Amino acid sequence: MKPQMITLHINGRTHYVALNPNQTLLVALRDLGYTDVKCGCEKGDCGACAVFLNGVAVNSCLVLAGQADEGEILTAAGLGTSEHPHPLQTAFSDAGAIQCGYCTPGMIVSAKALLDHKPHPTDTEIRDAISGNLCRCTGYAQIIQAVQSAAEKMDAGGEG
Amino acid sequence: MQSEIELHHPKNLAEALNLLAHYGPDGKLLAGGTNMVVELRDGHYNGKSLVDLSRLKELRGISKQDGYIVIGGGTTITELIDHPLIGAHAGVLKEAACLFANPLVRNRATVAGNLVDASPAADTAPPLLALNAEVQLMSQAATRWVKLEDFITGVRRTVLQPGELMVALRWPVPSARSAGAYTKVGLRKADAISVLSAAVMMTLDNTGVCVQTSIALGAVSPKPYRAHEAEALLIGKVLNTALITEAARLAAESTRPIDDIRGTAAYRKRVVAITVRRLLTKAAEVLK
Repeated sequence: MKPQMITLHINGRTHYVALNPNQTLLVALRDLGYTDVKCGCEKGDCGACAVFLNGVAVNSCLVLAGQADEGEILTAAGLGTSEHPHPLQTAFSDAGAIQCGYCTPGMIVSAKALLDHKPHPTDTEIRDAISGNLCRCTGYAQIIQAVQSAAEKMDAGGEG
Repeated sequence: MQSEIELHHPKNLAEALNLLAHYGPDGKLLAGGTNMVVELRDGHYNGKSLVDLSRLKELRGISKQDGYIVIGGGTTITELIDHPLIGAHAGVLKEAACLFANPLVRNRATVAGNLVDASPAADTAPPLLALNAEVQLMSQAATRWVKLEDFITGVRRTVLQPGELMVALRWPVPSARSAGAYTKVGLRKADAISVLSAAVMMTLDNTGVCVQTSIALGAVSPKPYRAHEAEALLIGKVLNTALITEAARLAAESTRPIDDIRGTAAYRKRVVAITVRRLLTKAAEVLK
């Protein structure tokens, strides 16, 4: 199998990598050190590997890295920094929406995808938006609270 | 991921058709990848050339042309949900799209991919069958339109030939005197594979006579299909409860379901009768 050279722009940094054509974007991201992108089911059921690819939230396990060549990728960690976290990152932490933390990056990606289009979602809309993200710890209640509280903060502060 | 593959990224449709013509039966299509990437990882498609269609702009877009709604084969399920033409002229398709897998999968999965995959439970098939959709198959040598009804021939089997790809779909803009209804029965609220699904469309004339109807069923036979006998019973008649119940019974009789992890054959047959009765009743009520 011949490796191919691809370019990935991840969280504002550009990487040139040689990858086998059957490598998924998920594996490529983790090998490059973006381990906030989690490997769960690897078939699109759990959402732990969700990232933004050219502005669209996708399961990185279902995208071949070659399909993302030249693409802009944003992971959950890329949304903010320790000094200036994104309101969603703060809200998940404050609301106790994180227990084991494995689903959190994917949840935050799906939540941001929702808030980008609907700044004031209902709880039902949040449930639908995260229906491709499994959490086995929290029972989802705190996650929904966290998204609501981030939506309020983003509305007040003009952030996000 | 041990399989030996080559991955090609054509820049336009002509290049994609050229690659498919070159590789013939060894050329496999990759669109949204929501099924294919999983199968690749499981080690299928050894020695195959994969042609990535996910960035071809020619395969995207939704428009109204000459009395038809025309959509590119590479249209994603999310694009169906968001586009006003689908909401206005294909409510049954929009409903199915909203219940398709989950939002992350809907952002990648394409309509053509769902149909070419030809699962008995393909979620876009019943609504598109009910809408009388046709699919456009293109190769380097020729282009042909095939009725969706004739496109899927069995479990994961279609009439798509090596070298061909599904570039577009179209269906006639439904009459203003028509209505549709859709149901998906799953084992959970989101991310469910259909236990069964059904879509109906119905047109009544101004005297209340049923002039057109379609009843399409998914996950209850080797392929999604139209229950023509049940439809024929209703054509030319003013609908009433007895007639609708009888049509629903005929639809259930036409199924060839299997027992599987999601439900038994007997359950599926029984629920088809109830579901089709409810859908026909709902569509008829909208048109009253």
